[in-house]
Amino acid sequence: MNLNSFKYCLRQSFVSLRRNFWLAVVTACIIAVSLAILGGFLLLAINARQLMSDIGTNVEICVFLYDDAEIESLEAEISALDGVDSVRFVSKHEGLADFARSLGDASLLAGLEGDNNPLPNAFRVRALHTEAVPALAETIRTLPGVELVEYGAELISRLVKITGWLNSLFVGISALLAIGAVFLIVTAIRLSVLARQEEIGIMKYLGASDWFIRFPFLLEGMAMGWLGTLAAVAALFAGYGRLADYLSRDTLAFFIRPVTAGEQLLPIYVGLVLLGTLLGGMGSVISIRKFLRV
Amino acid sequence: MIKFNNVTKIYPGSKQPALSDLTLEIEQGEFVFLVGPSGAGKSTLIKLLFREQLATGGQIFFHGKDIARLDKRQLLKHRRQIGMVFQDFRLLKQKTVFENVAFALEVLGRSTREINFKVPQVLAMVGLAGKEKSFPAELSGGEQQRVGVARALVKDPILLLADEPTGNLDRETSWQLMELFADINRSGTTVIIATHAWDVVDRMQKRVLSLENGRLVRDEKRGSYANEPKFF
Ligand SMILES: Nc1ncnc2c1ncn2[C@@H]1O[C@H](COP(=O)(O)OP(=O)(O)O)[C@@H](O)[C@H]1O
Ligand SMILES: [Mg+2]
Repeated sequence: MNLNSFKYCLRQSFVSLRRNFWLAVVTACIIAVSLAILGGFLLLAINARQLMSDIGTNVEICVFLYDDAEIESLEAEISALDGVDSVRFVSKHEGLADFARSLGDASLLAGLEGDNNPLPNAFRVRALHTEAVPALAETIRTLPGVELVEYGAELISRLVKITGWLNSLFVGISALLAIGAVFLIVTAIRLSVLARQEEIGIMKYLGASDWFIRFPFLLEGMAMGWLGTLAAVAALFAGYGRLADYLSRDTLAFFIRPVTAGEQLLPIYVGLVLLGTLLGGMGSVISIRKFLRV
Repeated sequence: MIKFNNVTKIYPGSKQPALSDLTLEIEQGEFVFLVGPSGAGKSTLIKLLFREQLATGGQIFFHGKDIARLDKRQLLKHRRQIGMVFQDFRLLKQKTVFENVAFALEVLGRSTREINFKVPQVLAMVGLAGKEKSFPAELSGGEQQRVGVARALVKDPILLLADEPTGNLDRETSWQLMELFADINRSGTTVIIATHAWDVVDRMQKRVLSLENGRLVRDEKRGSYANEPKFF
């Protein structure tokens, strides 16, 4: 393919987009809708994961200490462990006060203050990731001065299971949505190819190479994919931005913290645009394949 | 230039061969009429030459090369040296006369300069000077077919294949178009025309290959349409 051909193909794509303007608009809309669904779903997925991990990290590891434990060095040691988010020291006095508060009747514990306090000093450790909790607890258990380590083992193992299950569910559904999008795009572009079937036939008779015939369709499909996903991403961006804003302001939903971090959202948006462009191109190539067999 | 060696073509799903055991030779610069009743295999012969279809048996040589063995590149090259003219013209309705002819060069990646130089030349040669900006729908059938011929000619083919090019034209127009083919042939291009225009065939006294039921039944240097020449 030489420069003349390239220029010709480029011009041809524009001409064809203009000539089949409404068809192109419809195709771009189909791509926009299917990728907006996919994108919305991905946003839902990262939020669900964040929620899971929020619940997980809210689970504290309670580290009970011997009375002679080196509290400061131990705290430094635990903080330095991989996957630790925060370490809070709870003295036996605070522990007793907490207990009393939870019983609602301080008199039941009368006489247990001071040296009679049976509760140990403790650390409350939070992990960065739910999955890290069991291993972390195991490591802390072996540190000197540590008497006992407790955490919601049952809850954690359930959360890890649910998260894994949700992950595969999300991957599966996303794949299905992407395949669905390809089918829609292939169908839409086939209409554009059909509208030019006669032209393709003549081109074959004139000795055009397959790439020469394919190239304008490829550009056309990629342009439609690109524009479609751009629209979808703009809609998602605006819609999700408002929703997240509303949720983080509403006190009723205070424990649902929507994902707003750019480094999590940007890959989704950029990925969607790339995917849409790619799918548009792929759809074209698939659509035109059978018309090239002469 | 063209050599058929015991060529047979059986379309998938049909029992009767469209062509059977065809052996013939055509020299460079010849003018050949392909005649015979409908279904005799004329179109099939043309499709085999263009390699739109592959022969079921036998070999077809083009300039000494077995065209069944061409790879993708060679096949493109083969097709690019053949000009095709169709009964139904096959012009692009939304393109002007100029654009339709220019299309044949654009498809081959030729420069705008070459296109602007060659297309008017070819249009003048087929007698369409001044019609550059017309659309096919604004032309008569004969004029439309001249656009088709111009499009086939503009890339300087060494072989021109025409499948019933006058099938949709009246007698007078057919005759003029055949004269054009004769002119093209005089400048060195090999021309093969499948046709039912018996009066033209009889008058032009060119080589005639007559097919019946896929078999070559007659091959005459200065032939006529039917076995017994019709006089008028
Ligand atoms: N694409 C095809 N598939 C199956 N049979 C075909 C096809 N094209 C032609 N034929 C058959 O092959 C025979 C020769 O056809 P054709 O070459 O078109 O004859 P002609 O052009 O002389 O009328 C006919 O019997 C026709 O029905
Ligand atoms: Mg025919």
